[in-house]
Amino acid sequence: MSLFEVRNLSKKFGGLNVTNDVSISLNPGDRIALIGPNGAGKTTFVNLVTGHIRPDAGVVMIAGQDVTRLSPRARVHAGLVRSFQVTRLFPEMSPEEHVAMAILQRMGKVEKAFGDYRSMPEVMAETAEILGILNLTPIARSRVSGIAYGQQRLLEIGLAMALRPKVLLLDEPAAGVPSSDTVLIERALDRLPPDLAVLMIEHDMDFVFRFAQRVVVLAAGTVIFDGTPAQVAADPQVREAYLGSYAE
Amino acid sequence: MSNDAKTMTIWQRGLRSDLIACLLIGLIAVICFYAMPSGLSLLTRIIAIMLLVLSIDLVTGYGGVATLGHAALFGAGAYAAGIAAAKFGITDPLLMLLIGTIAGAIAGFLSSLVILRGHGLSQLVLSIAVIMLAREAANKFSTWTGGSDGLSGIAPSPLLGMWRFDLWGKTSYWLAVILLLVVFLILRQIVRSPFGMLVKAIRQDPIRVSAMGAPVYWTLVKMYVISGAVAGLGGALSAVATKVVGLDALSFELSAEAVVMLVLGGTANLFGAMIGTTVFIWFEHLVSSVNPFHWLTIVGVLLVTVVLFAPRGLTGIADQLRDKFGKGGAK
Repeated sequence: MSLFEVRNLSKKFGGLNVTNDVSISLNPGDRIALIGPNGAGKTTFVNLVTGHIRPDAGVVMIAGQDVTRLSPRARVHAGLVRSFQVTRLFPEMSPEEHVAMAILQRMGKVEKAFGDYRSMPEVMAETAEILGILNLTPIARSRVSGIAYGQQRLLEIGLAMALRPKVLLLDEPAAGVPSSDTVLIERALDRLPPDLAVLMIEHDMDFVFRFAQRVVVLAAGTVIFDGTPAQVAADPQVREAYLGSYAE
Repeated sequence: MSNDAKTMTIWQRGLRSDLIACLLIGLIAVICFYAMPSGLSLLTRIIAIMLLVLSIDLVTGYGGVATLGHAALFGAGAYAAGIAAAKFGITDPLLMLLIGTIAGAIAGFLSSLVILRGHGLSQLVLSIAVIMLAREAANKFSTWTGGSDGLSGIAPSPLLGMWRFDLWGKTSYWLAVILLLVVFLILRQIVRSPFGMLVKAIRQDPIRVSAMGAPVYWTLVKMYVISGAVAGLGGALSAVATKVVGLDALSFELSAEAVVMLVLGGTANLFGAMIGTTVFIWFEHLVSSVNPFHWLTIVGVLLVTVVLFAPRGLTGIADQLRDKFGKGGAK
């Protein structure tokens, strides 16, 4: 049994098949990339899997539990966490507050109406550790609205780390980040727990080929290939649909 | 210094700043008591409305919920305390305050179930519908509420059996000051707590909060209940102090004015709510006595000036100065 399994997932918007009979499975420790041209249905797939859109057909399973009809929140509790293609953070709060809140949420203490997280040593220690791994310590108490975009992307990963999921869906974690800073994102991903299953959507093929053990290619809402990076690069159908000159 | 010792210092620092703020409020209260002996009724009213504005700050300033119907919770507290005294003979002022607080919390819970279903403009319309329904209900059930004549016959017994509610309003005033200090200390704890942080996060991005697995809707419902309790306490205080409850306690005008006071002082800031209320009512009182014909125009000019030149309110000016000359960073 896979840790995370999507079976025959389908979704139509009007007459358009945006996700067509897609099946993907992940085991603990998997590092899988989901690639495809713009409009292939990658983000729709993430929204379907995380419960932000209801599928027309198909099943989503996490650790043997059918979560297809559960709310996005319930899926997080089941161990499925996502990041967003466009950064979604709390602009008036600091990176420290973001990470601490995610830790408190994981610990079931986020609704405590008394006490200050800064007076909770276990929360502070873990927050400091995560911010340290992401090199965000120097800006730990700055407003997020004032920090660099690359640092915001790192903080998105930090939130996922703090929630300690079983499965992590990363929607273009390096989108909008200068290529010189992509290495920081890669380093952060290298520090993710080894037993965590990661499915990453990404357009930067160098990044994808360095990161992924397996690459799934989506075109027009359908999986057209599933294999190792080398197999993907050599496949004529994928080259035709997506990679183009990159494979040469 | 060990981590434990360091974090304890942070906690102590927070408590110390709250106690200093309480001392400051207490000092101002003492000065006002001696400086304005004939204005104690006005000061008590300011504190009652301050509790309403603080309660709006919880849901609007911190939680981002648009409401123009919050006086429904204030009125629920006022009528509950008044009916308890006038119809059931419950005249102990502390018991009346407790009844008002509970009534406000219940009204907060019920109205949140309606208001939080909407977003933006629809939320605002729902909140207006709530205050209109509440007012109409109070008008219709005149046997209990006195209808448009108001609910009279409220005669609170001496506070703790010792202090009578005198004509000059001394007992009401000190009761109001103590209630304000207690509420302020509790709310400071709440807004600094993980729950308070979660509410602030919901205002900024509810989808992100949901993606972290935290509850959005029920968190706001809880904040609404807390807010209702504070507004209800304000209403009950008003009933105890004035010994009458009228339909104006359930008016759209009071709701809207309270929001204006909050914007004037600065949202998501407990001091802002208190300063905004004081400045607005004091200014309104002053201008209306100086110029009874054009005072509304002058109040309007003040508001336009503040909104245009200090959109974050009076406390926002202080924050800007602190960011400019002091150390920056997240609040």
